[in-house]
Amino acid sequence: MTSVRPPVTPLSTPLVPNPQLPAAIRIAMLVRLFAVQASWNYEILIGNGIGFCVEPALRQLPGGVGGDQYRAALARQSQYFNAHPYLASFAVGALARAELEGQPSARIERFRTALCGPLGSVGDRLVWVGLLPTCSFAALLLFGLGASPLVCVLAFLSMYNAGHVALRFWGLQMGWEKGLAVAAALGHPILREGPVWLARAGTLFAGMAIPLTVMRLVDGGGLPRIGITLAVAATGAGSLVLFHGRVEGWRLALLAGFAALVLFLLRHA
Amino acid sequence: MVDVLVLGLLGALLGLDVVSFPQAQISRPIVAATLGGAFMGNAGVGMVCGVLLELFAHETLPFGASRYPEWGSSSPIAGAAAAAGVAAGGGAPMALLFAVPCGLLIAMFGGWTMVKLRELNARLARHRLEALARGSARTVAGLQVAGATADLARAGSVSLIGAICALPVARLIASRPAPLAPYAMPLLASLGGAVAAGAAWKMFHSTAGTRWFGLAGLALGTALVVWLTR
Repeated sequence: MTSVRPPVTPLSTPLVPNPQLPAAIRIAMLVRLFAVQASWNYEILIGNGIGFCVEPALRQLPGGVGGDQYRAALARQSQYFNAHPYLASFAVGALARAELEGQPSARIERFRTALCGPLGSVGDRLVWVGLLPTCSFAALLLFGLGASPLVCVLAFLSMYNAGHVALRFWGLQMGWEKGLAVAAALGHPILREGPVWLARAGTLFAGMAIPLTVMRLVDGGGLPRIGITLAVAATGAGSLVLFHGRVEGWRLALLAGFAALVLFLLRHA
Repeated sequence: MVDVLVLGLLGALLGLDVVSFPQAQISRPIVAATLGGAFMGNAGVGMVCGVLLELFAHETLPFGASRYPEWGSSSPIAGAAAAAGVAAGGGAPMALLFAVPCGLLIAMFGGWTMVKLRELNARLARHRLEALARGSARTVAGLQVAGATADLARAGSVSLIGAICALPVARLIASRPAPLAPYAMPLLASLGGAVAAGAAWKMFHSTAGTRWFGLAGLALGTALVVWLTR
């Protein structure tokens, strides 16, 4: 625990002199970040989760746990917040530093509001439309090439989580280092160029994986059977692209699957 | 009965991964259905089921507040149903023709329960806004624990209901002779391939240069198919 200043300290000077994030607190924050969305709701979204993750750092504030400054900071950090769950680590690190530095509450609240949009859109592009489908198509490619279940599963989980855990860890680190200047870190090449390269890798893997996956799924019947299946898939994909926004393929597949099942069973009866 | 209970527990843990903790994507169909199949003694057919569901899952990415099917509690049941069908003496194609749409249906139901859970979490948070405004650490931690516990219970219930309904039907269907069974896998593969290819285009087409990467991948993949099937 760092030394404590009296509560009369002006807000423009650090409440905690030369704020540090000891390893135990850093680990506690990192572990909590994995549960940042546990109370996700339509009222305050991940606001409560942010408060939950920042809380270990706030214990260093003058007065300690339950002190006025601790309670005021925790109340601020538990308000509405929205961000990609992995990139929320940038916000958590930055907000912890801002609180320990004794930044004015109005400034912290403005900063929180301003962070929501960028952390959401960058995270969605980097993870949900980048890392996740790319790792998934890579695992499907391995399946198509004949890999065993264990290899496919382990390859997918290790590829994805290498990026996932590193992103959470790096975000917390960057957020803590930069504090209220963390927005500059969002221009880092990984966040700026990463989605582009992941999209390219994802497209390459998708192009390779889909024919090979279909081949392994059809399993036998030779090239004509695989060719017909791929041609039907390509026609279906084209139709789904054409009716993008009006039709969801997985819902159609649900109906088509059950209809085929009934037909196949009735055909026997 | 033990199978159903263990699958319920597995589904609860994997369902928790989707949003609440730790979001390591152990809930993705390729992982979860393989685990479900492995639990029933056939990881191979579980993975085939998982691969088919994974193809569909590309269309449903977990963006923040959007509504999407919940794969964590549904995929292990689908994988287990496919494995149970095969274990009952049926062929894998008919077992999968039941297990895959069944997995999609449970995932849709799971997605609906997630919306309900978020509404419940919102009610809990609304009643505690005053305590949150006072900076109560107990309330902050309590809401997180309550949310995660409710999510665990939700996912477990979805899996339990899914397993109770799906396993006996899978055994029944797979054991019936079906002359059209050889068409089941091409049908499922074409549906999955169509959805995944359409989803890949929607996700990636707006990024500069991806078109060429996609075409190169397609050419390479097709060449490998031709070479491997010769």
